[in-house]
Amino acid sequence: MSGMVLLDPTGERRPAARERVARPDSLEGLTVGLLDISKPRGDVFLDRLEELLAGRGVEVLRYRKPTFTKPAPADLRREIAAHCHAVVEALAD
Amino acid sequence: MDLPDGCVVFVKASCPTCQTVVPALARLRDSGAPLAIVTQDDPAFPPGLAPVDDTELRLSYEAGVEIVPTLLRVRDGRVEETLQGWRRADWERATGVAGLGDGLPEHRPGCGSRTLDPGMPERLAARYRGDTLRSRPVELGELEDVFEAMEDRGWTDGLPVVPPTRERVLRMLEGTRRDPHEVVAVVPPDLVECSVEKVAVNAVLAGCRPEYLPVVLTAVEAACTAEFNMHGLLATTWASGPVVVVNGPVVERIGMNSGGNALGQGSRANATIGRALQLVVRNVGGGRPGGVDRATHGNPGKFTFCFAEDERGSPWEPLAVERGLPAETSAVTLFAGSGVQPFADQLSRTPESLARSFAACLSGVGHPKLTLAWDALLVVSPEHARVFREAGWSKARLREELDGLLRRPGAELVRGAGGIAEGMPGALAGAQLPKFRPGGLLIAHAGGTAGLFSAIIGGWVSGATGSEPVTREIRE
Repeated sequence: MSGMVLLDPTGERRPAARERVARPDSLEGLTVGLLDISKPRGDVFLDRLEELLAGRGVEVLRYRKPTFTKPAPADLRREIAAHCHAVVEALAD
Repeated sequence: MDLPDGCVVFVKASCPTCQTVVPALARLRDSGAPLAIVTQDDPAFPPGLAPVDDTELRLSYEAGVEIVPTLLRVRDGRVEETLQGWRRADWERATGVAGLGDGLPEHRPGCGSRTLDPGMPERLAARYRGDTLRSRPVELGELEDVFEAMEDRGWTDGLPVVPPTRERVLRMLEGTRRDPHEVVAVVPPDLVECSVEKVAVNAVLAGCRPEYLPVVLTAVEAACTAEFNMHGLLATTWASGPVVVVNGPVVERIGMNSGGNALGQGSRANATIGRALQLVVRNVGGGRPGGVDRATHGNPGKFTFCFAEDERGSPWEPLAVERGLPAETSAVTLFAGSGVQPFADQLSRTPESLARSFAACLSGVGHPKLTLAWDALLVVSPEHARVFREAGWSKARLREELDGLLRRPGAELVRGAGGIAEGMPGALAGAQLPKFRPGGLLIAHAGGTAGLFSAIIGGWVSGATGSEPVTREIRE
């Protein structure tokens, strides 16, 4: 039981470390995306957020995943990244 | 392999026949015919005949020697004839040298080649073919306990695993004709490409025998399809995981259990195939409890959940056939299932009565007031199946009956009805609501011959929103 050589059963993957975008100091002049993951009542929460953000003059764009059980499609992620400075992803069930 | 032209004779000193033929080898050497004598154990044997030392067995392994003595006749590096054991007439003809071994018996069988000693084929495969493997070698420290070391590296599901040595992985790969480097699937959640070899490493961990590997490979392929949605099934808070149902000739060939305790412990094939799939998701895909796996409770089936359908005893077509594959096809069906809920009906002797029991119990899947949200896999026992067989009910007939019985008035199911807040949206109060979506109820036949019980394996989020069951033919 010593010096034994085993074969690695893992994916042998080194995850790429990605820097987070810095948190904005203020939302003034920014566009905020609201992403509903399609669980029940997520819209209730996000509708209220939109109301509050719009009341402060923040531009809001709404997005929705096709289903909560699968990762957001790549195109949706790209679209959000292209149009928004910040995103709030939410569920409320 | 570089074999010299002429005669090449493989021998070992511990073989009585090899000792017997020494005079014949001496005569062959004296004849001046091109000759190499390759010795497997004692490099000095046979004395005075300039043997080639093959105590490392490289030549013997690469020549595929099974018996000593073996005489090969080689021309232009190609083996033209193979003689096993000693038979004077054959040796004289093959060598073209007359008078070989005067005074020796006409015929003697040989002994087993050292390449076939117990455990040796695997060691030699690792030594001479090991460089075909691409998985990273992990050398343990002198003082490390191998079982603790594997646990420490996060490779286990909490139970001990079998150390994946090169020898074991090579032996596992003998179970399939597929190229070890072929990509089987992209495994979630990390979306890592997984080769046949990587599946084999995890199948070793799980305790599989090589003949199970094709089933494991197909289960991994099926689980990693977009429609099965292994990512979501792993990530969900629900107590579910992949359930593997195996159909076809492979079931008997590899000794799977479809009878008593089919959903339980005790069958190595059932236990380790399901476990291997889970270990691939864990190790290759990176899906671990507390990480992407967010299950509230989980269930013991997440260690392993795999069984075979009892096709011989079934009154109905097998699950895989019902799902579109030809009869007698070996196949897996992947179902996103939670635990097993057995139910009893010991009094029904008519299919009408028994179908009503089935419907009553199936209506509770997920929640009695929620419909169209979960699929289910109904495992009908032989004693229950007999009632339908004797009445001549096909599976389609039973389905049709269940479909009707499982429709309930929306008013009974809406939120607040029956004093229960949970339920369907109030707008559906006027509708008749089916429990399952079309295709959402799977029916298989398995279990022991005693027991007027069947079992329900509840599902997870059904259909395109969550998971579709996936049936795939097994490729050897």
